[in-house]
Amino acid sequence: MDLDASDADAAFRAEARAWLAAHVPATPLPSLETREGFAAHRDWERRLAADRWSVVSWPAEYGGRDASLFQWLIFEEEYYAAGAPGRVSQNGINLLAPTLFEHGTPEQRARVLGPMATGEVIWAQAWSEPEAGSDLASLRSTAVRTDGGWRLRGQKTWSSRAAFADRAFGLFRSEPGTPRPHQGLTYLMFPLDAPGVTVRPIGRLDGKPAFAELFLDEVFVPDADVIGEPGQGWRVAMSTAGNERGLTLRSPGRFTAAAERLTALWREAADPTDTALRDRVADAVIGARAYQLFTYANASRLAAGDGDAPGRAPSKVGDLGAASSLNKVFWSELDIALHETALDLLGPHGTLADDADEAPAHGSWADGYTFSLAGPLYAGTNEIQRNIIAERLLGLPKEARA
Amino acid sequence: MRFLLTAEQREFARTLDSLLGAAGTPAAVRAWAAGEHKPGRDLWARLAGTGVFALAVPEEHDGMGPLPVELAVAYVELGRHAVPGPLVETVAAAAFLHRLGDPDAAADWLPRIAAGDALVGLCVQDAPFALDADAADTVLVVRDDTVCHTETHGPVQPALDPARRLSRPLGGTVLARGPAVTAAARHATDLARLLTAAQALGLGRALLDGTVDYVKQRTQFGRPIGSFQAVKHRLADTLIGLEFAQPLVHAAALALAAEDPSAGTQAAAAKAAAGEACYAAARTALQLHGAVGYTDALDLSLWIRKARPLRDAWGTPAACRARVLAG
Repeated sequence: MDLDASDADAAFRAEARAWLAAHVPATPLPSLETREGFAAHRDWERRLAADRWSVVSWPAEYGGRDASLFQWLIFEEEYYAAGAPGRVSQNGINLLAPTLFEHGTPEQRARVLGPMATGEVIWAQAWSEPEAGSDLASLRSTAVRTDGGWRLRGQKTWSSRAAFADRAFGLFRSEPGTPRPHQGLTYLMFPLDAPGVTVRPIGRLDGKPAFAELFLDEVFVPDADVIGEPGQGWRVAMSTAGNERGLTLRSPGRFTAAAERLTALWREAADPTDTALRDRVADAVIGARAYQLFTYANASRLAAGDGDAPGRAPSKVGDLGAASSLNKVFWSELDIALHETALDLLGPHGTLADDADEAPAHGSWADGYTFSLAGPLYAGTNEIQRNIIAERLLGLPKEARA
Repeated sequence: MRFLLTAEQREFARTLDSLLGAAGTPAAVRAWAAGEHKPGRDLWARLAGTGVFALAVPEEHDGMGPLPVELAVAYVELGRHAVPGPLVETVAAAAFLHRLGDPDAAADWLPRIAAGDALVGLCVQDAPFALDADAADTVLVVRDDTVCHTETHGPVQPALDPARRLSRPLGGTVLARGPAVTAAARHATDLARLLTAAQALGLGRALLDGTVDYVKQRTQFGRPIGSFQAVKHRLADTLIGLEFAQPLVHAAALALAAEDPSAGTQAAAAKAAAGEACYAAARTALQLHGAVGYTDALDLSLWIRKARPLRDAWGTPAACRARVLAG
């Protein structure tokens, strides 16, 4: 058992650190949930991609560096330690790309991945519907067969990034009246500017249009944009859900970097006799370190099982199965506690919104706080995660369902 | 990087687990609480046979250590089975004596500790009570830069966990003085925190496992109570606490093994997290067993009562958090 970086990993870290030091903008970009900020973040994706830092774990032929899982974790640590911008492409990179690597055709990979890696095409996810949230399989939007493709009809909601994104991916019911709701679903990609698509932005808690409702009225999608077999969409989608909750959505580097900044803030701002605040700062530091080490252990497990061996399927990067639910509950609660502590340390300035002139740290604490509040909700609510933990990891009986 | 226990380390844990499972530790714990130490000492002798105590003792004194990682692996199992006695204190005393650089004291005690023949109490700085001084062969008492050893103690004070027998060490003979004492005490404290954390982790796992088994078979309203979400979610949170404490324990053990400057911080982090997770597991166990969990007739009580003192021994969570930020 060891925690020692190989020479190759140490060199990778040094190279990433040097590039980030030279390129990360000195002042943070405007919030990516605004039109101006979205454009600035898209531009940042292009700069990352120009030097092959946007998708390090992908194969070189798609713009990556064939980075191992450990190297990806190292990149993320360096990325957030450098204070680099949030990733406007994350829905595509973390959710759609792994699905394409596992279930897509060579033609789809060749066509979709390049523009995703450069930020030329930004993807939104289109899972939830007004009546299908935690019970996602009950979704009602339909895909009906037509010449050369499908016609989409229905309504999607809570579609992250959709207010300004280019394309979206999601599940549609292609076979009505199947015995079980998980059957007869098809995984499709579609343009957000296609005829029949209406995008209605939704203001999140601070009013910024971080997500949107999508109204789909006879939207044509060619067969080339179906991922996997028609009717098999649930199985295809679940392979990305494991990634989302697993390692790739919120890597430990975010939290170790935030805990460092919180500690610095505490040293500057805190009353040293306030032991209640001190304990919360320490808990954030301990929690971030615990998440980092837990992830190293999982990465070691995946590597030992050849999940991280050369030639592995990139879709399996960070796929932990049911254990990914432990991660999701842990980091989402850590994120909120950490940001609440920061706001308390900031006192009256902690009540300012991120775009206020006097907002501390260019509004990063306020923006991080607002963002953290959504953590227990998206990617499967924490209640659903706790059910998965209890049933699949602890072996408790399923609850009676309606 | 390969941040996973080796096959040998996992096998060692399994060996201890099955040895202790077959040994029937609850009877030894109850006897220990009544001041009868023989069953507990017999258990120690069997543990010594597996090499547990030798892991803390260097080769020149008949040990095979110091091996903090293997010690941590072992102490998870000792905690899982609620083994009684000054387990942490004895091996921390071994580390202290080894560091102290007093060849006579080391030669006197370390071979006996390795063999499981000596139980040693260790009372450092502001800790008022020695654990299990009535069972120990000697107690080392560190105050400021002075260490004494004593074989006398005040009356045993009834404690919330009766199997942890607390008394004030009395008198004593000065063994050493000076900065070497303080340095050795700091190192011993780091190791003690690590191993208390490991014990807490094992204790918490046992509490969780036992409670999961119970809620699967306990039926109310015509179904197992483990099918209710309120029950499930509490158990899920208990698992999360333990799962995320475990790698902190392993990393702190690696840091101590490498004599890394961050070892003290890491041991404190592990102790805070594992102590809190273990205590949360005890609260969960008590709540989900219902009234039967509140009785001392059930062996579960031996585990529940041990959780809080382990959480607070060798530095309360608050003290450990302060240490984490002190860097």
